[in-house]
Amino acid sequence: MAEILRVRNLSRHYTLKNGISKALDDVTLGLEEGRILGVVGESGSGKSTLARLVMALDRPTKGEVLLDGKNLFDLSSRELRAARRNFQMVFQDPYSSLDPRHDVGRIIAEPLHLDRAAPKGAERREMVGELLEDVGLSASDVTRYPHEFSGGQRQRIAIARSLITRPRLLVADEATSALDLTVQKQILELILKLRDEHGISVLFITHNIGVVDEICDEVAVMQHGRMVESGPARAVLDAPTNDYTRRLLAAEPTLEAIGRKSRRVAPR
Amino acid sequence: MMLSVQDLRVSFTRERGDLVEVVHGINLDLEKGETLGIVGESGSGKSVLSLATMGLLPRTARVSGKILLDDEDILTMSERQLCRVRGRKIGMIFQEPMSALNPSMRVGAQIVEGLRLTQGMSRREARAEALRLLEMVKIPRAGERIDSYPHEMSGGQRQRVGIAIALGLKPELLIADEPTTALDVTVQAEVLDILDDLVRELGISLILISHDLGVIARIADRTLVMYRGDEMEQGETEQVLRRPAHAYTRKLISAMPGRTRASLELSDG
Repeated sequence: MAEILRVRNLSRHYTLKNGISKALDDVTLGLEEGRILGVVGESGSGKSTLARLVMALDRPTKGEVLLDGKNLFDLSSRELRAARRNFQMVFQDPYSSLDPRHDVGRIIAEPLHLDRAAPKGAERREMVGELLEDVGLSASDVTRYPHEFSGGQRQRIAIARSLITRPRLLVADEATSALDLTVQKQILELILKLRDEHGISVLFITHNIGVVDEICDEVAVMQHGRMVESGPARAVLDAPTNDYTRRLLAAEPTLEAIGRKSRRVAPR
Repeated sequence: MMLSVQDLRVSFTRERGDLVEVVHGINLDLEKGETLGIVGESGSGKSVLSLATMGLLPRTARVSGKILLDDEDILTMSERQLCRVRGRKIGMIFQEPMSALNPSMRVGAQIVEGLRLTQGMSRREARAEALRLLEMVKIPRAGERIDSYPHEMSGGQRQRVGIAIALGLKPELLIADEPTTALDVTVQAEVLDILDDLVRELGISLILISHDLGVIARIADRTLVMYRGDEMEQGETEQVLRRPAHAYTRKLISAMPGRTRASLELSDG
């Protein structure tokens, strides 16, 4: 299967008063069409820096982000704007990522403003309605406002917005982290459904290794800006070869051993 | 009984003037030295319950029932009486250690402040005690870090400072509301271990509020499951997780990622 995304030797360094901070340091990875790649790591691991670079919201110090074989950072600003319809992002906080003054119809149609050739009027309204149904809401919700929805419903609206340009790559940065567990499960199921029905590829950024196991085909584990381990999700989680991956897995609270002193993690 | 909550009901007055009840008659008992986990999703009433126990509900709240702490009812206490209970008898640890600490004060001074106010220690005694507390919560190089500001510490270290501040006042009951939710998992595990060890060593009671059943499973003796202000079930943690009696508990468990649910087998029905 064809590779939709290739990240090659990607670095993002920041110059500080007392040296250089390597937020992202020489990361290389690939994502095949229709697959879900999980990027897992703790705070400071560089996972969000990676997401911002893949979305071309920031420029790398070194390296390339290839979408369909073309380096995003070689494109002119006009070409980049045109390319943007192919990759969209879903953010962590469904409260701050939706404009409270706009109705749902306007929010979801917003990305179409980039595209002069996009359908307008009745056709556009129909697209929005279909997408709402697709993400498990109702077409009649278009006239409602974000505050009328729960956190999980808002995240569905954010996902609908990200799908309106029919992107081929979705970058989800902690897209389920602010949600209740039962709602998280629904959103994960929705992402899987969208992948299966539309063949969309997903870069799924998370701190939660348990979630990776639920929906990802591939996983990349990051620590301090570097990728420390990667491979098929099941293989990496069942038989991690890297110490840090093992630490992450051991620290995950589970229901396996109930009771005090059930498991101890060696302090660093 | 250290703490006994009896038929606690909490309502809030809305702007329109009507009352909305958000906690519908909760009962719980906590023995000395025992850890109770309270688990629930947003809107379950778990944080309202903890604020009520501290006497920290806003004025718009209407409360009925009893919250007996050593046989004295928190709900009938004056603000002056409450001030003697808060901190000294009931300590609290919050979710967000950055906003719970004073950013313009060195961490040592923040521990010292409480000790001087409540334990009547001299400056020198209080500083020595602050150092001991920082060592107790395993802050590395405590002798240097005592003069650090909160922003110079990591999230896990800040949360440990929060624990040190609470424990310094020698409370009989500690309420920790999502104490590790803002922390990385590896740090979460360390903080939970420290909390668990200290509670056992000092023989104090702990109420641990969390949305994460994995966190509850790790240290709670007993567990209360809440949903929309109601108790769904309450019992030994082992019992509640391995043989959940209520459909909602089963739903919560099955919403966990398969890996964290691990080998836990749920019986149907």
